Amino acid sequence: MTTQAPPLPETALQRLRWALTDAWTVTGRDLAHWTRQPAGLVLNLAFMVMVVLLFGYLFGGAMTVPGGGSYREFLLPGMFALSMLFGVESTMVAVTTDAARGVTDRFRAMPMARSAVVAGRAAADMLSSTLGLAVLLACGLAVGWSWHGSAADTLAALGLLVLFRFALIWVGVHLGLLVGNPEGVVAVQVLVWPIGFLSNALAPTATMPGWLGAVAEWNPLSATITATRELFGNPGLGGVSWADQHALLLAVVWPLAILAVFVPLAVHRWQRLSR
Amino acid sequence: MTTLPVLAEGLRKRYGTASALDGFDLAVPSGTVCGLLGPNGAGKTTAVRILTTLLRPDGGRARVAGFDVVAQAAQVRHRIGLLGQQPAVDEILSGRQNLVLFARLHHLGAAAAGRRADELLERFGLAATGSKPVRRYSGGMRRRLDLAASLILAPPVLFLDEPTTGLDPRGRNEVWEAVRALVAGGATVLLTTQYLEEADQLADRVSVIDQGRVIAEGSPDQLKSKLGGDRLEVVVSRADQLAAAAATVARAAETEAEADPDTRRVGAPVRDRVAALTEAARALHAAGIAVEDIALRRPTLDEVFLHLTGHHPRPADDEARQEVPA
Repeated sequence: MTTQAPPLPETALQRLRWALTDAWTVTGRDLAHWTRQPAGLVLNLAFMVMVVLLFGYLFGGAMTVPGGGSYREFLLPGMFALSMLFGVESTMVAVTTDAARGVTDRFRAMPMARSAVVAGRAAADMLSSTLGLAVLLACGLAVGWSWHGSAADTLAALGLLVLFRFALIWVGVHLGLLVGNPEGVVAVQVLVWPIGFLSNALAPTATMPGWLGAVAEWNPLSATITATRELFGNPGLGGVSWADQHALLLAVVWPLAILAVFVPLAVHRWQRLSR
Repeated sequence: MTTLPVLAEGLRKRYGTASALDGFDLAVPSGTVCGLLGPNGAGKTTAVRILTTLLRPDGGRARVAGFDVVAQAAQVRHRIGLLGQQPAVDEILSGRQNLVLFARLHHLGAAAAGRRADELLERFGLAATGSKPVRRYSGGMRRRLDLAASLILAPPVLFLDEPTTGLDPRGRNEVWEAVRALVAGGATVLLTTQYLEEADQLADRVSVIDQGRVIAEGSPDQLKSKLGGDRLEVVVSRADQLAAAAATVARAAETEAEADPDTRRVGAPVRDRVAALTEAARALHAAGIAVEDIALRRPTLDEVFLHLTGHHPRPADDEARQEVPA
């Protein structure tokens, strides 16, 4: 039996439909990974829960939050944002593995929509990060964290976290294509941790030496964290710097700036595959 | 007039100052297997990547299945299958999930994709292991799955880039069998290889590529006869009789003979095959030289390559893939 090749799309509308179908198929591939390797997914989720417990209970006793309040109430927004940051690693690993194994080339030599490779990746990563965030929210509630603002504020805080993750997908795609091999990913992973810790996620910037505190305040991660603390009504606010006073604005501007830089870079990297 | 399934004219590609392709020409007639033979870094992979739309040429043009690889890339992709240097399959998914994924990306419906996946698993002897994750597959099984994934739409033109590199002899045979079956089904195949035996086994015509251009083409037999036909080879029992044997063979066969002390072998190109063999055997016997083996044989493609390029096709221990910049 021969398989009849479906005709290629001709109109813009048909092309759009192909692109969406293909993106969903690529997303479905990642979801199939979850069911094939549930251990990997569970381990990923358990890891962040472990970090919360580690900092909340092991180090938390020695911490004082400026202006008073529970350290775990202070910590959790930082953990939510950190988990978004760490997501950049899984994006990179996925992009690099496909490129190194030749799967990316197979996709590129097929009649599928080329945008679908990245769009599918983005959708799958957003789904897994959202799931991770849900688990972490439940974990937070279990250790005494809670939101104290209105439902709209709470949703806005979650929206800012998801926006931050979305911007980082493009960083991950760009870096994944840039390093191109799994060994290079390890080097980048080593850098993600200091970037994560050099923020107000774990400790208030007021407790740091002046210059270090300034760097941490301007970390895009800190903007998202301060803004979500504000929206959730969690302690640790009251910073007097411009960055602290305008955290909500920065929590929107930083991800948009990251997108403005890294979307063109990622697209450029993708096109460079043909060179 | 039928169009040539693969046609390349003057393809050029540079990486920095290094020229990967430098005026590459190729024409593959319908229903044949063309072997692109050359050492690492000769430009084989670059040629395949341009022909499969993965890479843009700096100059020249190419048509595959009648469509321009740059201007009509989508049409080309619709009609080709590509087997890259390594199995391009998802390790975590099962073999069947892989095939369904690629079938869906070829826009087959869910039911048709499932049917096609099962058909291909059956055809490549993977039906029993179709639900296993690919990371548990052997090298040969992985390669067969990879081949199946390249054949979702039964493409009329198939590109195989070093399909058996890194496989053990059994895996190699599995892949060869699969390729032969495809060709019997009427596909046109462009195969790159650095194994001369592979080109000999599979290809109707061979193009020898060196430093980015085709330096010779023809059937394997034609290429071999470029070396001046057959060779007479004599292996003597005693090393001290080697020089005498070479002189005797040269006189009897009216040719020049070379002696290799390491293998105690005398080799000489001959024109009149049987007469030369008979004369040489008689003369050696008369001279009292103990002969272990005497035979006529055609030159190997290895020797053809050496003859054409002045160097051996496989630089020793040079496994570096210079053709694929990271």
